[in-house]
Amino acid sequence: MTFSDTLQTSLKTVISYRMRSLLIILAIALGVAAVIMLTALGNGARNYVINQFSSIGTNLLVVLPGRAETSGSFLGAVLGQTPRDLTLKDAQLIGRLPQVRRYAPLNVGAAELSAANRLREVTVLGGTANLIPIRHMKLAQGSFLTHGTERAAHIVLGAKIAREFFPHSLAIGQRVRLSGNRFLVSGVLAAQGESMGFNTDEIVIIPIDYAQTMFNTTSLFRILVEANHHSDIESAKQAILETLRQSHEGENDTTVITQDAVLSTFDRILHALTLAVTGIAAISLIVAGILVMNVMLVAVTQRTAEIGLLKAIGATSMDIRRLFFAEALWLSLIGALLGFLLGEFGSLLLRLAYPQLPAWAPVWASFAGIGVALITGILASLFPASKAARLDAVQALSKK
Amino acid sequence: MIRLTSITRTFHMGDQAVYALNNIDLRIESGEYVSIMGPSGSGKSTLLNIIGLLDKPDSGTYELDNRLITDWTEIEQAQIRREKIGFVFQTFHLIPRLTAAENIELPLILSGIPAEQRQIRVTQALQAFELLSRAHHRPAELSGGQRQRVAIARATIMQPSVILADEPTGNLDHKIGTEVMVLLENLHHSGTTLIVVTHDRELGARAHRQIGMRDGKILTDHRNDIL
Repeated sequence: MTFSDTLQTSLKTVISYRMRSLLIILAIALGVAAVIMLTALGNGARNYVINQFSSIGTNLLVVLPGRAETSGSFLGAVLGQTPRDLTLKDAQLIGRLPQVRRYAPLNVGAAELSAANRLREVTVLGGTANLIPIRHMKLAQGSFLTHGTERAAHIVLGAKIAREFFPHSLAIGQRVRLSGNRFLVSGVLAAQGESMGFNTDEIVIIPIDYAQTMFNTTSLFRILVEANHHSDIESAKQAILETLRQSHEGENDTTVITQDAVLSTFDRILHALTLAVTGIAAISLIVAGILVMNVMLVAVTQRTAEIGLLKAIGATSMDIRRLFFAEALWLSLIGALLGFLLGEFGSLLLRLAYPQLPAWAPVWASFAGIGVALITGILASLFPASKAARLDAVQALSKK
Repeated sequence: MIRLTSITRTFHMGDQAVYALNNIDLRIESGEYVSIMGPSGSGKSTLLNIIGLLDKPDSGTYELDNRLITDWTEIEQAQIRREKIGFVFQTFHLIPRLTAAENIELPLILSGIPAEQRQIRVTQALQAFELLSRAHHRPAELSGGQRQRVAIARATIMQPSVILADEPTGNLDHKIGTEVMVLLENLHHSGTTLIVVTHDRELGARAHRQIGMRDGKILTDHRNDIL
């Protein structure tokens, strides 16, 4: 029996047992589709987080006061001292480091904004001109603390705030009150929506000096630092820690978080999560493989007389083995390809339903899904095929 | 030419050995028309299966066309079955999901004959057995006589030298059964060896040589002198 005749004959068999074939193909297809869709989902979530993180800045380091780790050698706690605050002077020292391109000290608070007979509570960011580029925010109109206006009482409004307070007129040039202090609107942020749980559309930005006065503080909430290059991030972190240690009389009482480290942590977690859900989906493929074996064993029993007949008209054991093997191969192959299409289609639907989630299955997942389906299908058919091949012709023929 | 020497075949039922064939010697010339008769359990089907290489004897030798084939490999024996032997069964043994034409085509596929040649030969066979209008019907849509004609077409498509028929009319009424026998006898007239197993005396009497079996032994071997 030629190779192509074997394939054709077994394909005909697959087609003629329509219901049985359809169900088994569906089982395999769902397994493959699950692998592809779940990896697409995991991968999408991972890329979503990476995009979100990248959107808050490039080569970003965040300096925050206090130590994230506890250490027995810190005597300050025993003596009742609090960790030293971050100050504007610290920020300036960091700004002089060679690895640092630019920096932005940051204060955050809440205050009442009033203008044009309207009043609402807003989140106030106190910063410098660099805050906007470092934090990857964009001005739709106007400017913020550009050259010559560093000391001016200027304010930048978030897109939604500007729309709420000045729905019919241009916000720029308007006067507003923030906690009783008068500010001149110098710019409006472009609408960016929420990123990392922080909505830049509902904030206002004022110069840091005004913010510190308003909130009655000399300490900083954070210092945002942008390193020159991606390769400078680690040395910048060490240099910042060293600078602050000297400035804080030898105490390591600050923490530097690099965007990179957070990113790679999230990346690792989501990658592990993706692999875990893919593993669970792969189990369904193994189950489908067992189904293939069961279906093929039933087929051997059902077609015992037929196997006897084939032997009587001159089929070798090898012919019989190949026929059953090819049948299982067709079922797995069609199932796997259908599952691939189904998975890609499902991923497409996911992307349409959640445009911010780039749910693309990685290429390895498609290959792995199809590969596992084929391998389990093939392995599962080996035993039934050899059972069929070993049947005794005379006994098989006497079976009804 | 078929030549069996001291063929023995035993089956084990429980701890008892039952002789299906007990030391059989038989010689059938090419082109003979032989009927094998006997009550059930007499070993006639086992004899047919051994001649058709579906069963192996426990001892003894089997020569087909002067070649000793008892020791041949499974693959070689399958090839003999494909090329030299055609089987016709009482229950037809058609594959239910294949059409008449596809059932007839099976031995050609197993022999690796290209599709175009298969088509020509299947069409010829359908014509010869008056099945052209039934070519694309499945066995379930055919009458008993038509089914057996398909089976005979399948058995002869490879132009075998021996046709082995096991109760070929057992599932057919008398009239259709006689038609089927005429078809088989026509094959014999064109030179094929025809061996028919039956317990129908009338049917057996049509053969030129009648072998009677009982308890695994050949009791009678009678030739009709009028040929």
